[in-house]
Amino acid sequence: MRHIISVLVENKFGVLARISGLFSARGYNIASLAVSQTLDPAVSYMTIVVEAQDEKILEQIKKQLNKLIDVITVTDFTKKEHIDRELVLAKVAYSPGDKIKLEHLLSKCVGKIIKHKGDTAIIEAVGDHQQIRQLLEALGDLGVKELVRTGRIATLE
Amino acid sequence: MKMTGAQVLIECLKKEGVRVMFGYPGGVVLPIFDKLYDADIKFILTRHEQAAAHAADGYARATGKVGVCLATSGPGATNLITGIATAFMDSIPIIAITGQVKTNLIGSDAFQEADITGITRPITKHNYLVKDAGELSTIIREAFYVASTGRPGPVVIDLPVDVQLGETDFVWPEEVKMRGYSPTYEGHHGQIKKAAKAIEASRKPILYAGGGVIISGADKELKALAEKTNIPVTTTLMGMGGFPGGHKLFLGMLGMHGTAFANHAIMESDLIIAVGARFDDRVTGRLDVFAPYAKIIHIDIDPASISKNVNVDIPIVGDAKTILAGLLPLIKKAPDTAAWLKQVEKWRKDLPLKYGSSGKIKPQYVIEQIYEATRGEAIITTEVGQNQMWAAQWYKYEKPRTFISSGGLGTMGFGFPAAMGAKMGCPDKIVFDIAGDGSIQMNIQELATCVCNKIPVKVAILNNHYLGMVRQWQELFYNRRYSQTCITGPDFVKLAESYGAAGIRVTKKEEVRPAIEKALSIDNVVFMDFQIEEEENVFPMVPAGEAINRMIGGMA
Repeated sequence: MRHIISVLVENKFGVLARISGLFSARGYNIASLAVSQTLDPAVSYMTIVVEAQDEKILEQIKKQLNKLIDVITVTDFTKKEHIDRELVLAKVAYSPGDKIKLEHLLSKCVGKIIKHKGDTAIIEAVGDHQQIRQLLEALGDLGVKELVRTGRIATLE
Repeated sequence: MKMTGAQVLIECLKKEGVRVMFGYPGGVVLPIFDKLYDADIKFILTRHEQAAAHAADGYARATGKVGVCLATSGPGATNLITGIATAFMDSIPIIAITGQVKTNLIGSDAFQEADITGITRPITKHNYLVKDAGELSTIIREAFYVASTGRPGPVVIDLPVDVQLGETDFVWPEEVKMRGYSPTYEGHHGQIKKAAKAIEASRKPILYAGGGVIISGADKELKALAEKTNIPVTTTLMGMGGFPGGHKLFLGMLGMHGTAFANHAIMESDLIIAVGARFDDRVTGRLDVFAPYAKIIHIDIDPASISKNVNVDIPIVGDAKTILAGLLPLIKKAPDTAAWLKQVEKWRKDLPLKYGSSGKIKPQYVIEQIYEATRGEAIITTEVGQNQMWAAQWYKYEKPRTFISSGGLGTMGFGFPAAMGAKMGCPDKIVFDIAGDGSIQMNIQELATCVCNKIPVKVAILNNHYLGMVRQWQELFYNRRYSQTCITGPDFVKLAESYGAAGIRVTKKEEVRPAIEKALSIDNVVFMDFQIEEEENVFPMVPAGEAINRMIGGMA
């Protein structure tokens, strides 16, 4: 099962390496990781999506994260009401005839065509996990040439 | 007052009560060594940085204070790694100070540059790269605080040479403020009450104590609890000395080379009270069949240790001493353990630790004789392997901090430098390193350090001309194919003498005791070369991955 863990950390060099090192040393895979400053420039948020087969592993991850000196708080969002979003930038196959179809797909999340040139369009889309997954499936039919994603960020309701 | 970074470092170390440190100089720590020249801190120049880290570790284990070691950048720093990892696995508070190339050269593959904070990240409790002399005093204060509180551990401070030379105002931070670090000491009251009820209701309880008992100084409370409730006690390797070795409720060590009676007792118990122990795989054996009838109370300061390996029924996070002190008065009625103790005593009588008497000198006999000659009052350090297990089985440790051994990492070469550190911390105690002929060769150069600094530790080499424990595994599980375990050693007597130390060779049983007495009478380092039975094994033994009551052997 995928879990979203939000970690408030000191904004210092080496902290990201400590966190990622903790996962790699124990053989846990990170599905996505997004880091940014908060309103307080001295601290950052890390939103980590992890795949944990059972509760025991998840408990260990949270406890080990808490042990790190630079970690201030660890919150597991999975069982809490939360909003999560991800940003996608994609280069997709484009012809004028596809425009309406593409705009229709993008209307299902927050998305738009940023630019198009020749047979390629660059689109952006913001949505929750479900919306992004559906969008990418649909785009697959049109032909995706390149794709970058931010990884998920989340906040409690 | 303006000071250089190096001066700040020395001032801070003094304020932290550091009287002795271990290490080795090098290019980028010269500013520190220059200031050490006039400082009132005893500096022990080891012959290898690894030994400096182990010595700081031995000092910390023997005294309960923070041990300090110092090395230069690059190879000096990487030589500390094994010592830092050893301290990390056994939760020992040490501060390792490493030199680093100038800040503007960091990342340029400069001469003797290594990313030491990167390298030590997984084997330290925390580490620092100091970028400005102005932040140095705060960092040192934090480092000592982090190393010695909560679940202790090693902290590395990496100090670029220009920071050592940089000028700053010296300000000693009285308070340490770290929002991400606040260890829990008080146990949850409701959980402690539950534990008291579970103890009262138990019929076959057992106390399983680990190194946490020694770290927190909970030995008196542990003894009081055992005696109040009549519960037998077993300890881990790290817990030896946390409960009196000669006590009638003591079952000895449990686990892979534990006593048969301790292993049977924990497997048949209905309640395990684990105190400062982490259910290591050397202790539990096959996990899915471990202690099938037992409810588990687990007292530990590290929440991540709880339910990591076994599922715990009553977790209590906090300091062992504080929690046991709180638990004691809550137990109103001792459980009825009469029948249980009778059963445990029957196991003890039927399955004692024993060894044969034929052939050459038996290593177990040597250890018994060391025990008698030192009246159990020595600090024993060990190397790793058979010597370590025999030292755990055959010496009775009455007091905490008298058994010093690399438990978690199992570091060969640990015992001798650790003995130096222990002796520096406790100069009035006899310090004995129990070694194998393989392990002693891993840090044998420290003979020079001992002789130069007049650190008169005694080293009992149990010389079987093998890497004994590995040979034992090959005998039992690899059809006696002794691949690379027959090891040659030097003439240890001559070698010791060449360094200015004393050497005694012992080839007959009747010479054992007189040799130990003689060694104790010599005010110098002494290497005792005991030529022991070559193929003696450590029994009992639980094969790796087996249930811990499925022991093999039992006598020689």
